[in-house]
Amino acid sequence: MTLLDAASAALLCAGALFFLAGTVGLLRFPDVHSRLHALTKVDNLGLGLLVAGLALQADSAPVVAKLVLVWLLALAAAATAAFLVASHARRGDE
Amino acid sequence: MQALALGLALFLVLTLALGLVRVVRGPTHADSMLAAQLFGTTGVGILLLLAEAMAMPALRDAALVLALLAVLAVVAFVRRDTP
Repeated sequence: MTLLDAASAALLCAGALFFLAGTVGLLRFPDVHSRLHALTKVDNLGLGLLVAGLALQADSAPVVAKLVLVWLLALAAAATAAFLVASHARRGDE
Repeated sequence: MQALALGLALFLVLTLALGLVRVVRGPTHADSMLAAQLFGTTGVGILLLLAEAMAMPALRDAALVLALLAVLAVVAFVRRDTP
């Protein structure tokens, strides 16, 4: 196993741990807003670590570019969804 | 390396299944909708891992589409559930 493989494996495992943390947060946190916080931040950090780990093994630059593109789109999507759900939940409280 | 990617994909599926508990518990519609967001992000991660493990580059395109559709589901929910 080369150093690159080891770094990639470490990044992938760290990413999976962040996904687990996001799910635990979704189950354990007390209200919608803190659950949103767990989901949209921790899960996207985990996805970023996965993308970094996979990019280390990618064959060519276009593949890396596509992986990064997927992550950026997921970030934008999470930000939008978090904003919409949070404002919806806040209207429900009033 | 492929075994690791496959194993991690399986692990992510298990965390997804765990997240389904929140759909059942609720208590509000927004809480259940959060699980859709979880499916979006985790699903993208699973697809990227599978693309690497099974040498199927097309799955990366599927991941791109899933990331987009997950947010559309949330938008549709907010539009419909708002009084």
